[in-house]
Amino acid sequence: MAEMNTSSGGHHKKGPGVKKGKKQSTRVDLTPMVDLGFLLITFFIFTTTMSQPTAFKLFLPKDAQKPEEQNKVKASGTLTILIGKDGELFYYEGELSQKGDNFKTTTFNGPDNIRDEIVHKKQEVVDHHVHNQECAKIWQQNNGDKNSCLDRDFVVIIKPTKDASYENIVKVLNEMQIDVVKRYALVDIAPIEEQLIKKTEATSVAK
Amino acid sequence: MARPKLPRKSTTVDMTAMCDVAFLLLAFFILTTKFKPDEAVTINTPSSVASKVAPDKDVVLVSIDKDNKVYLSIEDRDKKLALAEVIKTTKGINLDKDAFASLDIIAVPFNQLAAYVALPKSDRNRVANFPGIPVDTSKGASDELIDWMSMINTAYQGQKMNLLLKGDNISTYPAFAGVLKAFKKNDFLKFQMVTNPQNVPAGTELWAENSAMTKSENSGKK
Repeated sequence: MAEMNTSSGGHHKKGPGVKKGKKQSTRVDLTPMVDLGFLLITFFIFTTTMSQPTAFKLFLPKDAQKPEEQNKVKASGTLTILIGKDGELFYYEGELSQKGDNFKTTTFNGPDNIRDEIVHKKQEVVDHHVHNQECAKIWQQNNGDKNSCLDRDFVVIIKPTKDASYENIVKVLNEMQIDVVKRYALVDIAPIEEQLIKKTEATSVAK
Repeated sequence: MARPKLPRKSTTVDMTAMCDVAFLLLAFFILTTKFKPDEAVTINTPSSVASKVAPDKDVVLVSIDKDNKVYLSIEDRDKKLALAEVIKTTKGINLDKDAFASLDIIAVPFNQLAAYVALPKSDRNRVANFPGIPVDTSKGASDELIDWMSMINTAYQGQKMNLLLKGDNISTYPAFAGVLKAFKKNDFLKFQMVTNPQNVPAGTELWAENSAMTKSENSGKK
């Protein structure tokens, strides 16, 4: 590859008394330099992390001053998720029964996880859907798409306990995106639910 | 018949052009790389499927660190100057405006603010030594973030701002609830949470929606 002197082939006639200086080529072999250049490029490309943080949008509802202004939801279409400590999740469908026997435990991963439960409940709401006037309004807004209001009654209520970590709250909110839950709310926990969680935790430890 | 003698051509290629290109690319990559800004607090953010990149202009950032301490940082220098003025009128704290505008992060309650601003930069950025802005009213403190947010509202005068919340994975709900309350009280109802990107799990509804969308985009191109 290296370039040798190629320009010094001819015998040029010079004037008398002029010494013949051997002409050196000024060309340098650039191949190693190119190698080095590309090596550095690959190095920089591989060491650069492309992790740009993303932004998860959250819209808060305005606090309603009067109880009549508050949003009302159908109890049959709600799923309440409680976030305990260390990624423990509890949920119940509809209203909490007196004895608390519809209060169940779940996790983020593993069998019967929270995603399955959300998907299952959503399907249930969609199956029981009844078209009515309010619904007609929604599908008019969506260019007559009747499917756009099927899950209108489906609301997920998220109640973090004071031990819930930020990570798990975001995980649950993220779950809303993944399962396309259009209506969800972050609500403070009720004392009775806190007691239930404590009771459930106590029994699971006893086991 | 004798073959005509072909002059022997050199097989070497001039590498100068290629070398130029290589170093041009190298220079380009080096110059376009943005270094991660040196952050005063290290916060491990959770991940989400949100695909929008977090904005980096007009940012008002509320951070919650792993000890549930809340910090506030504002990027824009002009806005910090305006904010110093607002602090003077509403709280009666007379601050060195230039020093306040050079703050990277605000990590103290109001009663320590003047002393905090007077500290040299290297001491200020050691935020672990400072108590943070009190938000959790359950511990008997007043929620000072509410005041901060309302002053920011005055300082911005309706100009565009991107409200970001950056919480640490292991911070707990009371701090988060306190921040939410401060936002709500001041009608900052839209905000964004800084997260790490995460792939949408296959087989879920959002995944189906996204793949349907890319399909229709591809067919639209054809």
